[in-house]
Amino acid sequence: MTGANGHGATLVEKILARASGLDRVVPGQIVEGQVDLAMMHEQGAQTVAPFHQMGADRVWDPDRVVIAIDHWVPASTEGAAVLHRILRKFAAETGLSHFYDVGQHGICHQILAENGWVVPGDLAVGTDSHTNMLGAMGAVATGIGPTEMAAVLALGRLWLKVPTSLEIRVRGEFGKGVTAKDLVLRVLGEIRTTGATYRSVEFSGPTVRRLSMPERFTICNMTTEMGAKTGMVAPDSATFDYLAPIAKHAMHPLAPDPDAQYERSVDVDVDGMPPMVACPYSPDNVRPLPDVVREHVKIDQAFLGSCTNARIEDLREGAALMKDQKVAPGVRFIVSPASTKIYEQCLREGIIETFTEAGAVFTNSSCSACFGGNMGILAPDEVCASSSNRNFPGRMGAKEARIYLMSPAAVVATAIRGEISDPREML
Amino acid sequence: MHEVIEGRVWTLGRDVDTDQIISGKYLTIIDPEELKKHVFEIALPEFAKGAKAGDIIVADENFGSGSSREHAPQAMRAIGVGAVVADSFARIFFRNAINLGIPAIEARGVRAIFEMGDPARIEMRAGRVTNVRTGRLVEFPPLPPHLLELLDAGGLVEKVRRDLEARRHAAGAPS
Ligand code: SF4
Repeated sequence: MTGANGHGATLVEKILARASGLDRVVPGQIVEGQVDLAMMHEQGAQTVAPFHQMGADRVWDPDRVVIAIDHWVPASTEGAAVLHRILRKFAAETGLSHFYDVGQHGICHQILAENGWVVPGDLAVGTDSHTNMLGAMGAVATGIGPTEMAAVLALGRLWLKVPTSLEIRVRGEFGKGVTAKDLVLRVLGEIRTTGATYRSVEFSGPTVRRLSMPERFTICNMTTEMGAKTGMVAPDSATFDYLAPIAKHAMHPLAPDPDAQYERSVDVDVDGMPPMVACPYSPDNVRPLPDVVREHVKIDQAFLGSCTNARIEDLREGAALMKDQKVAPGVRFIVSPASTKIYEQCLREGIIETFTEAGAVFTNSSCSACFGGNMGILAPDEVCASSSNRNFPGRMGAKEARIYLMSPAAVVATAIRGEISDPREML
Repeated sequence: MHEVIEGRVWTLGRDVDTDQIISGKYLTIIDPEELKKHVFEIALPEFAKGAKAGDIIVADENFGSGSSREHAPQAMRAIGVGAVVADSFARIFFRNAINLGIPAIEARGVRAIFEMGDPARIEMRAGRVTNVRTGRLVEFPPLPPHLLELLDAGGLVEKVRRDLEARRHAAGAPS
């Protein structure tokens, strides 16, 4: 397909054209898109008041709405308990039955992924900034605020400015102990936290084609840290195989045209790339891990969790390193699976035992220590090694606390040694 | 929304993310009156007590990055912030602010022409921000009509309310 202005369409242009019922859209154009899936977590409690103030009395399509509580599960404060109750009541009143409540819970993005709620070609929105993760399905998935979500619940539509696109072409083979997390950290270091603001990020190239779905979730997740509206991988057999048994609605697979116009293309070669680490206080303050290892950075806490990296593959990899080892004295190691399903898998595979015997605390599934409002909160000047996605001041508690972002394997190696360490030395 | 917005300026740096505007520990607070006591606690601790309705925030690049928490612009609305002008915004904050009826204006170079406490004058449709003390100004591309309409309505809630009402009228249903 070649557009009026003489070049092909990017993936985001194709999906937004489909969502808005147009043949072709161009960057800068404001379109009204039909939403395929809307997701709310605790912040969704704030949609209830504006929804009623708008005079809305019904949700446009209750089968396209998912509620997944995750930040404080089970409720750890009275305030959180109230948010949960507001959501339960609203769901009951408006017939929202896809509610992943305590017992079926998990981090909202993982709930959408593992239950097939977002499929190729979708326009998906969520009340959380890391909704970008679902772009790994070959969908436009993006975060919106609760007032905007109220409008989506009422109308099933939202306005969007068609973004320009940034292409990240990846080639090469990962070395042993080097992961998709290291890749996305490296890209962040290059294009920085504002490098993709208002833009769509498309990952492509032979290395991306070989990435598993969980790995694609990790790289799309952190396009949020680049400021991106959405981050995507065009669908292929990996996507279809993952979704075939679980897809909740029909897929509309779309691919960018070979002559699509990108605002910028970045080539990344992962051959010989070392593991990476994002140092305080920004996710784009990225350095090669071996350089940081040389500085002997002692830690107080390690966290293996979050929507970025707490899937079964991450926890298996971590458990393999942890086996017959101990958490370093003086280190608190928190491991939190991304969903209850993953928790159950860990239980069956002996992963909980491995971590617990090593002296880690294996928690129930939730956002856990990721955001500084639930558990695993840091005191001033403490240092944490984390597999999550943000290390801003105050992100995990005290504003002086220092957070280093890295791969799950690096977090485990660091928990064992008590200072920032390279997992390749333990393989 | 008025064509001309005037107010006293509070300046902020670059990359002021939403964790610095409203910290994660306050996210279970729904009441905006309660929230506003904690706004900018990390980035500008004297703001919550010192700010008054009509004050204008002038920030450097990438204002409001990070989480999608609407608590950040909500707390600003509770204070009565007249406008937020920044060299650039993170996308969700920008949408949230406009949806809540707070003029969010992207004006390249704006941070450099203001100091704390300066009087500012913003001409929305002409696309100009002026430091009334020094006379220096920067121009910006005015917001698209779609967004000006949202601000004129006082935010998204009011806009959708009118749309739904119109729809009911058209359908002949009693409203
Ligand atoms: S795990 Fe962290 S980044 Fe992911 S949704 Fe929860 S708080 Fe947000």
